[in-house]
Amino acid sequence: MTWDRMQELMWPATWETLRMVGLAGLATLLVGLPLGLLLVLTGKGGPLQNQAVSRALGVIVNVGRSIPFVILIVAVIPFTKLVAGGTSLGWQAATVPLAVGAIPFFARLVETAVREVDGGLIEALKAMGAGTGTIVRKTLLPESLPSLVSAFTTTLIALIGYSAMAGTVGGGGLGDLAIRYGYQRFETAFMWVIVAEIVIIVTVLQLLGDLIARRLGHRGNYRSTLSLLRAAKAAKAAPRAEKTAEDLASSH
Amino acid sequence: MITTKGLTKVYRSRGRDVLALDSVDLHVREGEVFGVVGTSGAGKSTLIRCVNLLERPTSGTVTVDGVELTALAGSEQRAGRELREARRRIGMVFQHFNLLSSRTVQQNVELPLEIIGLDRHDRRRKAAELLDLVGLADKAGSYPSQLSGGQKQRVGIARALAGDPKVLLSDEATSALDPETTRSILKLLRDLNQQLGLTVLLITHEMDVIKSVCDSAALMRGGKVVETGQLTDLLADGHSRIARDLFPLGAFGSGAADRTVLEITFQGDAPAQPFVSQLARTYQIDINILGAAVETIAGRLVGRMRVELPGSHTDNVVPIGYLRQQGLQVDVLDLSNGAAA
Ligand SMILES: Nc1ncnc2c1ncn2[C@@H]1O[C@H](COP(=O)(O)OP(=O)(O)OP(=O)(O)O)[C@@H](O)[C@H]1O
Ligand SMILES: [Mg+2]
Repeated sequence: MTWDRMQELMWPATWETLRMVGLAGLATLLVGLPLGLLLVLTGKGGPLQNQAVSRALGVIVNVGRSIPFVILIVAVIPFTKLVAGGTSLGWQAATVPLAVGAIPFFARLVETAVREVDGGLIEALKAMGAGTGTIVRKTLLPESLPSLVSAFTTTLIALIGYSAMAGTVGGGGLGDLAIRYGYQRFETAFMWVIVAEIVIIVTVLQLLGDLIARRLGHRGNYRSTLSLLRAAKAAKAAPRAEKTAEDLASSH
Repeated sequence: MITTKGLTKVYRSRGRDVLALDSVDLHVREGEVFGVVGTSGAGKSTLIRCVNLLERPTSGTVTVDGVELTALAGSEQRAGRELREARRRIGMVFQHFNLLSSRTVQQNVELPLEIIGLDRHDRRRKAAELLDLVGLADKAGSYPSQLSGGQKQRVGIARALAGDPKVLLSDEATSALDPETTRSILKLLRDLNQQLGLTVLLITHEMDVIKSVCDSAALMRGGKVVETGQLTDLLADGHSRIARDLFPLGAFGSGAADRTVLEITFQGDAPAQPFVSQLARTYQIDINILGAAVETIAGRLVGRMRVELPGSHTDNVVPIGYLRQQGLQVDVLDLSNGAAA
């Protein structure tokens, strides 16, 4: 297969994958974030402590996480048809099982991240007269933001993996392409090119996520690193400045 | 300003009951700095957390500034609206500062103002004022991770003052700080108390803290308040545990039966008289000074001295009477258990 032909096939598939993952990621964020928060808030000692709700949510999340994705795709077909308007095929339809699979995964990660917020901060907010909503908005979310960004990055990467499987049931995308050409038509070289592309996408995503998380996490420290660098530069520049002054003096 | 009546708190952990507060009656007067001391596990933190109902007492009442907080609705996890509003009038500072790392110093101080619902402009102005008050105007744009412990606590104090509280609660606010920083934070608390008329209830395990800032104190042990009062009164009371702990004088003397050990306490201008030499001259006795200390407590000069006289207690009735006449407070130590007789 020529490189031109490969590209011709790869671009639309890449676009399909990104669309699937993007849409499913958005749905995961919108549902998984509140779900994860609710797990914390209704948990023991939480401001909305409620054992029944907490247990029920816990079971749903655990069941969701234990079902293998291939089975999930088939299992949610009726629901997929309902959401995607009668069809269970195509990239739009594939986002449904993707989101259903990723939501419990992300919700657990959100729960862990939010639980890590220092209890002392929550107490400080309570002492200021803050209600539950304020505590969530002013402390739990902003303080766990770096971990939440990491959690979302991990989820998006998992979604790329899932999307390869979703592709085989008509979702299209890079995974589907790799299997159709690489496996079924023995275009091994093409398969490896696609694998390389997926690796690049995942790597870029991970680096980007890490960068954002780190920037958010080191508010203060990050700045001080910058100012340290600046100070170091200034220190280096200073002797040179002195030297020019000396040069000037000696030239007189 | 703060009154607790029969405050009792029982923790139920794994089927076992822990009595953390046992019917505590406390009264903190308006405008004073009130210190609570006691060993670890005595219930000090539980007490202060019950004052703003971060902890719901099992029974008893808490009244702050005329409002009975225990009567307001809400559970331990979730406070009702009225209680939340009452809390806005009670500032709290914490041992580990509890500042939000995602916010700058200025934004941290603005946080309670956001909760109150002040607009952006007023928040800015108020936060700048407060940071100026605690001496951190130049750090407004820094993040907590860029501050020293003492600076963090100043931010904590500025934040606690944002809602113009009448009462400030402080649980071991200086325990994570070095002695010098501790002194500067205590001075700040004292200044705020005097300038703003702020009532301060503070928890500490250091007698030095009580000595340097408090007007009144309470000693807790096993969930009970075993002693409470104004420091000047406690110091005048030879039996006071707090006064004794404020003035550790060390050695108790030889312990021989034919000796009498006295503890002499003086307040105000009593030390102006050279009573030791007068006593020695008048009664021709050799006085052995075992220990002495002079301190400023609650703004008054207070001294305590431990001396040893030859002869038994009955032999020394006259010299003791002489000292008491000079306006000094004299306690005869019973050496067998080291307590004042
Ligand atoms: N949440 C809790 N659950 C169960 N027991 C508790 C809880 N909080 C405190 N206690 C118990 O209540 C008692 C009083 O604790 P508290 O924290 O008030 O002591 P403290 O005087 O502040 O001690 P420290 O000087 O060490 O801070 C202790 O025996 C403690 O074990
Ligand atoms: Mg404590």
